[in-house]
Amino acid sequence: MSTIHVNVVSATESIYSGEANCVFAPASTGELGIYPKHVALLSVLKPGEVRVETEKGIESIYVSGGIVEVQPDVVTIFSDTAIRANDLDEYKALEAKQRAEEAMANSDNGHDVGTTQAALAEAMAQLQMLSKMRGKKL
Amino acid sequence: MAAGKEIRTQIASIKNTQKITSAMEMVAASKMKKAQDRMLASRPYSEKISKVIGHLTYAHSEFEHSYMKEGGDLKRIGIIIISSDRGLCGGLNTNLFRSLLKQVTDYQAKGIEVDICTIGKKATSFFKNSGLNIKSVLTDLGDAPHFDDLLGTVKVMLDAYDEGEIQQLSVAYNKFENTMTQTPTVTQLVPIVAGEVDDMDHYWDYIYEPDAEEALSALLVRYIEALVYQGLVENIACEQSSRMIAMKSATDNAGDMVKDLELVYNKARQAAITQEISEIVSGAAAV
Repeated sequence: MSTIHVNVVSATESIYSGEANCVFAPASTGELGIYPKHVALLSVLKPGEVRVETEKGIESIYVSGGIVEVQPDVVTIFSDTAIRANDLDEYKALEAKQRAEEAMANSDNGHDVGTTQAALAEAMAQLQMLSKMRGKKL
Repeated sequence: MAAGKEIRTQIASIKNTQKITSAMEMVAASKMKKAQDRMLASRPYSEKISKVIGHLTYAHSEFEHSYMKEGGDLKRIGIIIISSDRGLCGGLNTNLFRSLLKQVTDYQAKGIEVDICTIGKKATSFFKNSGLNIKSVLTDLGDAPHFDDLLGTVKVMLDAYDEGEIQQLSVAYNKFENTMTQTPTVTQLVPIVAGEVDDMDHYWDYIYEPDAEEALSALLVRYIEALVYQGLVENIACEQSSRMIAMKSATDNAGDMVKDLELVYNKARQAAITQEISEIVSGAAAV
């Protein structure tokens, strides 16, 4: 079976690099499944999970938004701040969500509603992913 | 022995300074390692994104983003100047500012105005009185700057570009060559200068999602931010290695001074003893 090279990078580190059978990325218009020989594509990512399916198993990486570039033989994912999913701090995510909700509640006081909504969406995605991973472990 | 006592105080104070500089040298050396690691860790991102930008210039996109277009005549340009927050790092900041000022004068001779954005306290205080228009300021980033910190500052300059206030944007920083060498560098950010990519001649284009404008904007803004961030972490690595070298030579110089002063002190002490003996001897002879 042919493979596709996958790079996941963030501004501060290279998170994943290797061959994969296929990749799933949370594009802004819906989840993308990318197989080898995919047509060239450039898409915005929303907060969510990137799944890299390799021979050895599935690697799961959380991204808080970013860009994906697809060339027929290579996929590059630019994550805004991608941290390994295991490292996710649930407390922080909850706190961020709380802050975002508080800010939403007083959005009249000059707060930027768009930014706040984005922060809320991100916190929700982090929580979702955590609860999913917790379900797997138990 | 008044002169002798003065020299002793001087030696003691130089030794104190030496202790401080050698401590700073060691601190800078350990920070330098971390700063270099951070610099290397952020390289994959900027390299990969430059590659994508390279691909992009070969894609036959129907939509042409304003960052990719060559602007018309240059009337006003923007420069993001990256410096350190703290001094005592040798000629690092001064070299960068001096080469920048020369370029700015060249631009002004051609009738091109220069707007600047300063990152770091040193650039801010240096350019405050330069008569150039400072559009935004960012200080107190610390040794491990976060990507988020930059976004606002970069946005101010990109907005100015979008609105046509400036027709070109560059970033100035010290490029890290190795521990001994740092080169003041000015890199053009927008209009984007394409990198070289081979084997891309056939006709093709990306599928853009959600649409070309949004996808390209998101990518190009990240590309520019990545370049500025890369400049920033390189500058920090330069700062630490430059400080280490400066403090090392300060420590060495202090050692030399102490040696010289000790010689002078011993000579003075010897002279005083000789004089005392000769006084006693001549006194005894007189009796």
